[in-house]
Amino acid sequence: MRLAGFYLFAALVALLPVLFPDNYFVIVIGASAGLHVILAVGLNLLMGYAGQISLGHAAFFGMGAYASAILTTRFGWPSLLALAAGLVATGAIAWLLARPILRLRGHYLAMATLGFGIIVHVIMVQATRWTGGPDGLAGIPPLNLFGWSVEGDLQWYGVIVAAMLLALWLALNLVDSQVGRALRAVHGSEFAAQMMGVDTGRAKTQVFVVSALFAAFAGSLFAHQQAFVSPDSFNLTISVELVTMVVLGGMASTFGAACGAIALTLLHQGLVVFEDYEMLIHGALLMAVMIFLPQGLFVGLSQGAQRLWVTLRQES
Amino acid sequence: MTENSITVEGLEQSFGGVMALAGVSFQAPEGLIYAIIGPNGAGKTTLFNALCGFYQPSAGSIHFNGHELCGLPPHRIAALGMARTFQNLQLFFNMTVVENVMVGCHLRARTGLLAAALRLPRIRREERRLREWAHVALALCDLADRAEQPAGALPYGLMKRVEIARALAAKPRLLLLDEPAAGLNDTETLALRELIARIRASGVTVLLVEHHMPLVMGISDRLLVLDYGSVLAEGTPAEIQADPRVVAAYLGGAVQYAV
Ligand SMILES: Nc1ncnc2c1ncn2[C@@H]1O[C@H](COP(=O)(O)OP(=O)(O)O)[C@@H](O)[C@H]1O
Ligand SMILES: [Mg+2]
Repeated sequence: MRLAGFYLFAALVALLPVLFPDNYFVIVIGASAGLHVILAVGLNLLMGYAGQISLGHAAFFGMGAYASAILTTRFGWPSLLALAAGLVATGAIAWLLARPILRLRGHYLAMATLGFGIIVHVIMVQATRWTGGPDGLAGIPPLNLFGWSVEGDLQWYGVIVAAMLLALWLALNLVDSQVGRALRAVHGSEFAAQMMGVDTGRAKTQVFVVSALFAAFAGSLFAHQQAFVSPDSFNLTISVELVTMVVLGGMASTFGAACGAIALTLLHQGLVVFEDYEMLIHGALLMAVMIFLPQGLFVGLSQGAQRLWVTLRQES
Repeated sequence: MTENSITVEGLEQSFGGVMALAGVSFQAPEGLIYAIIGPNGAGKTTLFNALCGFYQPSAGSIHFNGHELCGLPPHRIAALGMARTFQNLQLFFNMTVVENVMVGCHLRARTGLLAAALRLPRIRREERRLREWAHVALALCDLADRAEQPAGALPYGLMKRVEIARALAAKPRLLLLDEPAAGLNDTETLALRELIARIRASGVTVLLVEHHMPLVMGISDRLLVLDYGSVLAEGTPAEIQADPRVVAAYLGGAVQYAV
């Protein structure tokens, strides 16, 4: 069945709070991992499938978060409306940015997206009147879903897990369609894709916007969940972390990206004591994966397991 | 001039100081196999790249299917009914054989982004249809049993055939084949010859760039000989083989091929 893995995963994350009731680690870290999954799965559409790098993806995450934060605290908008506005605004900015930026390739694209991430971060720090500057914005009201105000760790776990499953389902559908094949074709050979009638400029623009929307969606949820946003959550380190998640899990695999996100979130928790060395550890991890398991941890291990399984069956 | 013939007039393409195409003119009639031959570096691949919109020629015009092609991007030219294969393989190595060919069906698909993300029922129907179309193209190229293999796992000869299947999946009116026999053994070349004949019989016009002279002379209706970016001769295989300039420049004296 096409979505068997998805249903299995959905059942697992639904069961976790039942198996481990009142477990801070499962509920809080689980919710954090869920947001990372949304971000990584969205970025993977762009990086893993279409083969376009973005080193500034935290900017879109931040745009969603600040849109929700500013519109709810300063203008008193309902949270869902603010979320929608954040999606529209982020999508529009991504769309405007896509054509000029995606004409670049390789290092140039990496530099341009990096620059974009830095600019957005600077705006968050400097536009104090709107963003609260380096101190951020506090007092963001809870997410209100048609009268239900989401409060408490368990409720947040439920909301984020539901959002994560929605994101996974959308990504899995997209990838396994002509749209997804066209994206992989752009990655495989842009020239050949064009000769098959794929408007590669349009395809790249679309996937850039979609991955920005995934990030903005996660950002809005994050703002309400934390009730606080500050530029630190959307800096270069976060962008690099997102890329690490995608690469770690295995590019061009939706579940690979999800596993990468979960693995890195857990690793983070294990390494809180080494906070100062965070970037160092990420860098080392990226290098190790690229050298030893270039298809990614999840994809590499699952391929290895498959080979082992085939060998075992042949021997028995 | 017929609808699906392609007419090229005064086509020029230069790279820095090199005139890769120095005013090439020809007309390939509809439904025939039109071969383009010439020594390495003559400009054959450059001509294909200009025809399909990958290069922007500095002068000249290309008429196909009632349209001027100069200035159009490749995907628009593909939509007018042109498909091609590549001298250097341009397979999607990140996909299976059947997925490669399904990308070839792109112009026949109507999938929108949102509909695909929501997997609407019509997307499910379309997926089935695309897969069927791809299998038809694969069967035509004797690749049915390879459908689910990763494209990169095939032997070289079969990879070249996947490129043909992928191009055919678009249901083109004009097919450009750039050295399809290069790297093939005799059996594979014979199979290729049959395949090209079948493609012609189905009404597709074929432009064939090829060095394998028995194949070219045996199958082509007309030939164009390029040398240093210019047309050296044009005519039927018999005329070309009898042309002393062609023999001197390219065919190399003694060799004669059965027609
Ligand atoms: N992209 C390019 N940039 C610079 N020179 C090129 C390029 N493509 C082809 N050429 C030059 O144009 C000439 C024709 O090349 P090509 O069309 O590949 O020949 P053929 O396919 O007939 O062997 C050669 O001299 C080649 O070096
Ligand atoms: Mg060539």
